[in-house]
Amino acid sequence: MTDAKGSSADDAAFKAQLVALIPHLRAFARSLAGDAAAADDLAQDAMMKAWDARASFQMGTNMKAWTFMILRNQFYSERRRSWRTSQLDQEAAERTLVAVDNPEALMALDELRQGLAMLPPEQREALILVGAGGFAYDEAANICGCAVGTVKSRVSRARRALQAVLAVGGYDRDGASAGDAMRSILEESERLSTVR
Amino acid sequence: MNAVATREPFEEPAVSIPDEGTRGRLLQWPQAMIKQKPMQLRRRSDPVVDEARLRQQAIGVKLRQMFDEVVSEPVPSEFLDILRRVDDAPEGKDD
Repeated sequence: MTDAKGSSADDAAFKAQLVALIPHLRAFARSLAGDAAAADDLAQDAMMKAWDARASFQMGTNMKAWTFMILRNQFYSERRRSWRTSQLDQEAAERTLVAVDNPEALMALDELRQGLAMLPPEQREALILVGAGGFAYDEAANICGCAVGTVKSRVSRARRALQAVLAVGGYDRDGASAGDAMRSILEESERLSTVR
Repeated sequence: MNAVATREPFEEPAVSIPDEGTRGRLLQWPQAMIKQKPMQLRRRSDPVVDEARLRQQAIGVKLRQMFDEVVSEPVPSEFLDILRRVDDAPEGKDD
């Protein structure tokens, strides 16, 4: 359909769609990266990668899923390069996602943010994609490069773990006990899902 | 383009969303996702299950809210600047 370079009309259409997706890319990046600045760098890199790869995108297919996949790949390849392993950083947990200005909402979101930050990354991203990004399970599976069933089980484990941690409520803000609680919740949900 | 055809809700919100005024944020849950079944039509034998469902629903709403907060932030100008720059580049291969 499009040749290697693409016509300028195709490019313009592509760019318009890409621009419309920027806010979503930023939000997804924020959920993966620790802080807003790093997230924006990630989103910009992903945006440029998408632009460079535009010839391989088929107009009319799901561009949001396609760009999210690019962003995710970018995140993990950078992470492999430059990060040490995925040790939970409580400070990053505090910064993850947004800071809202409504204090009441902030409290509730803060717990959720921290709960999210404590999830294993693959569960967190599955939950974000399906629960917040509006993707169907099969789309999320595509983005994450895994089976639909895997996404389903990740989402369900993540949900159970989050629910448990939020139900406990008022858990210790500064780390240790929350981490311990979350760890045992995760182990428990892991155990339950393998028993099932 | 059947991008949203198979979209599934985060959790089946089989109960109606409570009080719009005081829990304003909960309203952001898309109406299409809410199956407005009267509670009486459902088996409510287990209040614990209902409670869990409500909690799950609240988590779903908060997740979306968290995500949407970022989506609704103004896009920093660098993003558009970068894209504008590729217009000036003869090939799409710049940085």
